[in-house]
Amino acid sequence: MTEYLTTIGLEFHAELKTKTKIFCSCPTDAGGEPNTHVCPVCLGLPGVLPVLNRHAVELAVMAGLALNCQIAEYSKFDRKNYFYPDLPKGYQVTQYPMPICHDGYIDLPLADGAVRHVRINRIHLEEDAGKLVHSGEHIQDSHYSLPDYNRAAVPLIEIVTEPDITSAEEARNFGESLRLILLYAGVSDVRMEQGSLRCDVNISVRPADSAALGVKVEIKNLNSFRSVYRAIQYEEQRQRELLAGGGSVVQETRLWDEASGETRAMRSKEDAHDYRYFPEPDLVPVVIDAAWLAEIAEKLPELPAARQQRFESELGLSHYDAGQLVISPPLARFFDAVYTLFPEAKTVANWLLGDISRLLNESDAELDAVPLDASEFAYLLSEVKKGAINQASAKTVLEEMFRQGGKAAEIIAAHGFAQISDSGALQAQVEQVLIANAQPVADYRAGKKAALGFLVGQVMKQTRGQANPAMVRELLEKALESEN
Amino acid sequence: MITELTVKQMAAALAAGEFSAEEAVAAHLQRIETLDAKLNAYITVTAEQALAAARASDARRARGENLSPLDGVPMALKDIICTDGVATTCASRMLEHYLPPYNATCWQRLADAGAVLLGKLNMDEFAMGSSTETSAFGVTRNPHDRERVPGGSSGGSAAAVAADMAVYALGTDTGGSVRQPAHFCGVVGIKPTYGRISRFGVVPYASSLDQVGILAKDCWDAAAVLETIAGQDKMDSTSAPAAVGPYAAACAEDIRGLRIGLVKEFISDAIAPPIRQALQAAAEKLAGLGAEVEEVSLPHSSYALPAYYILATAEASSNLARYDGVRYGLRAEADNLHEMIVATRSLGFGAEVKRRIMLGTYALSSGYYDAYYNKTLQVRTLIKQDYDEVFQAGFSCLLTPTAPTTAFRLGELCDDPLTMYMQDICTVPVNLAGLPALVVPVGQQEGLPIGLQLIGCSFGEEALFAVGTKLECARIRPALA
Repeated sequence: MTEYLTTIGLEFHAELKTKTKIFCSCPTDAGGEPNTHVCPVCLGLPGVLPVLNRHAVELAVMAGLALNCQIAEYSKFDRKNYFYPDLPKGYQVTQYPMPICHDGYIDLPLADGAVRHVRINRIHLEEDAGKLVHSGEHIQDSHYSLPDYNRAAVPLIEIVTEPDITSAEEARNFGESLRLILLYAGVSDVRMEQGSLRCDVNISVRPADSAALGVKVEIKNLNSFRSVYRAIQYEEQRQRELLAGGGSVVQETRLWDEASGETRAMRSKEDAHDYRYFPEPDLVPVVIDAAWLAEIAEKLPELPAARQQRFESELGLSHYDAGQLVISPPLARFFDAVYTLFPEAKTVANWLLGDISRLLNESDAELDAVPLDASEFAYLLSEVKKGAINQASAKTVLEEMFRQGGKAAEIIAAHGFAQISDSGALQAQVEQVLIANAQPVADYRAGKKAALGFLVGQVMKQTRGQANPAMVRELLEKALESEN
Repeated sequence: MITELTVKQMAAALAAGEFSAEEAVAAHLQRIETLDAKLNAYITVTAEQALAAARASDARRARGENLSPLDGVPMALKDIICTDGVATTCASRMLEHYLPPYNATCWQRLADAGAVLLGKLNMDEFAMGSSTETSAFGVTRNPHDRERVPGGSSGGSAAAVAADMAVYALGTDTGGSVRQPAHFCGVVGIKPTYGRISRFGVVPYASSLDQVGILAKDCWDAAAVLETIAGQDKMDSTSAPAAVGPYAAACAEDIRGLRIGLVKEFISDAIAPPIRQALQAAAEKLAGLGAEVEEVSLPHSSYALPAYYILATAEASSNLARYDGVRYGLRAEADNLHEMIVATRSLGFGAEVKRRIMLGTYALSSGYYDAYYNKTLQVRTLIKQDYDEVFQAGFSCLLTPTAPTTAFRLGELCDDPLTMYMQDICTVPVNLAGLPALVVPVGQQEGLPIGLQLIGCSFGEEALFAVGTKLECARIRPALA
């Protein structure tokens, strides 16, 4: 049986997190009433001109730096011409031969410990289109369609990889790494389900003994990395079967159908648009000099790989724990905030990955959206460490701060959780318990050391859990030994 | 007569209280009422708004708060310049009822200086033409001979100023559209350096060539208006930060010792003899005033016309894509989206606009791009270099014909687009090079005005006004019944 190799390249579109659109001052916020975030410029009314949003340039450069790209000192915009009602000007302003970033890469760790070096061909800046709301399901079967231009001219970056990916698994991992890097870099919200990150797949299959790449198929309409994974698996299989049966793959664009789990033909190469790209005469070239580049680089936050490295080698966290923290930027940020006040990395990580993660799962929330305060949590941990409050009470305090916020000290006081660590007070409790439990005392003295646990429990019960268990144990042992 | 006055004269008369701005506007509206049925220079007359603006100007003046020499002076705009709430049609069925929701920067700056808008002027559809015959709203006639064209595409602007139906007007110039009509109608026309005046709110034909221009009764007026509207605009990334003027003061500058070039490539048999004679006489006049007039060569000039028609139509094919019937303007009824777009564009655009969209689409098509568009960019660079060399050699300006002939007859070139395109042979290289050029009337032949062109270096408008003021003849006023 012939073996086949799969070659995959990915194209991502990420909405940049600017306050205003790429060429005008309309807000980029999603969710407004249709056509409320518009002005003559983003509606492309006759006579208007674009003025480039400087922040969009900075975020694109930041994405480039985060993805190990070369930043072009000189780049320019082009027009991509096609008619569609969601495109107000009849052309999209994008970058064609001279993108703002080029030649980057992500080193993707593989399951076997090796690394896949996936090259990034380019990142370019462009404007988004509006969207059409159809009366039916598709434009073809609708009586009417209404355009909403709120999203028109929201700034996007398009990231194009080289065909360095060889499987559905790698593609999904690449997508997730890229997503995390863009999230850390602060350039995009990268929410696939909301469309602020979109992914198209280019895939071809060839017999293992063939040097030339197979015929390429583009897959669109992928709304999650799960879809990316499933679509590649489906398409890989479809193309292999075609080739194995003596057929050939047609160069075309196919749509992923999430419900049926299949791809279907959308348009062939012959139907492809001639976009008639040419330089956008209404904009001047983008020049990024060394000073500006340095200023942008200065603002680039710590990226996932660097943070993972720091958590492991500087703070001594395990690879697994560090990874679990890094994958969630709010969790990792909270970790850092607590750690500066309570510098015991392993303890902080255990709480974050244990109780706090459980609470987050239960409430389906992100850590930066709940009222829990890092410095209050650090205070709680230091009280536990001092023995001023026991572990069980600390969990109750944590839950309350998680749900309602507030100060740890006040919650501890309100619940009467302060631990009894006064040896005089504890001595009295210990003596009462010794008197009331003659049999276990005798057992202990007869050599059944396990009876000690029971006696500790009795003291705890008598103090409603507030006694310092370590001190109780110590006082009990001392009393039992001395009166022997 | 009030309507015969220049900006300078009218500003003085208004200051002296000889008449009010309201009277000045009323006189112009009266003249439009009388004459425009014959000339068809205006597409829209904004009589009531004009009178209201004039009264506001008079009130300012009474309080001693008049804004500028242009305050209260009636003027008009080519109908390609957006005016908030006033129809801006581009002389096309496509935008026949289109009301912009904002003002173009050039008009806003005039309005802020107190200018009073009389209305919107006829033009070739979307500025594509050299005779104003491609307007969807009828041809404008040349005030000097109503059987002849006023030139184009800013024909309405030139005719209105020539016929005293506006003290001055704004036009746009992509390949000669201000200068050739100035020549045909006997008025002053300036196309400033690319980037000198904001293009924001000016409906584009070819963005890398378009520039707002001024049609006026003399050089000083054109200079005063330029001073008001020039300068960087944050809404136009291609507008230049270069310091503005002073242009009006430059009109009085001495030209002794200035080196002025006569471009040998522009003095051929293709240029009608009376125009060559006028050029010769002008050169002698300038020499008599102490200028050094010498022949220069711009060797790539013959490539300018084809380069222009590729570049301009390519950009136009993209700029006019937005007229699809979806958001504004004309919409034709059809059964589906694709047919609606096709029907709208078939119905909304005239023949010349369609011709240029098709030419430009072809030039940008995959497989032809390198042979046409890319080659044209190279030619453009060579043409620019020709001019750079001449100006670096110390020339202040170049004196050339404006067009091969004086105003031609209505319909004479309608079926001959190539000869029509030849109208632009002396003017298009200037747009390709992005340079300023001024056309001033120097005389007439058989009742038809002749204007000559002065081309300056980048942002060298002052020299053009200094030399132009010395060359311009007394106003050639049309005999209008």
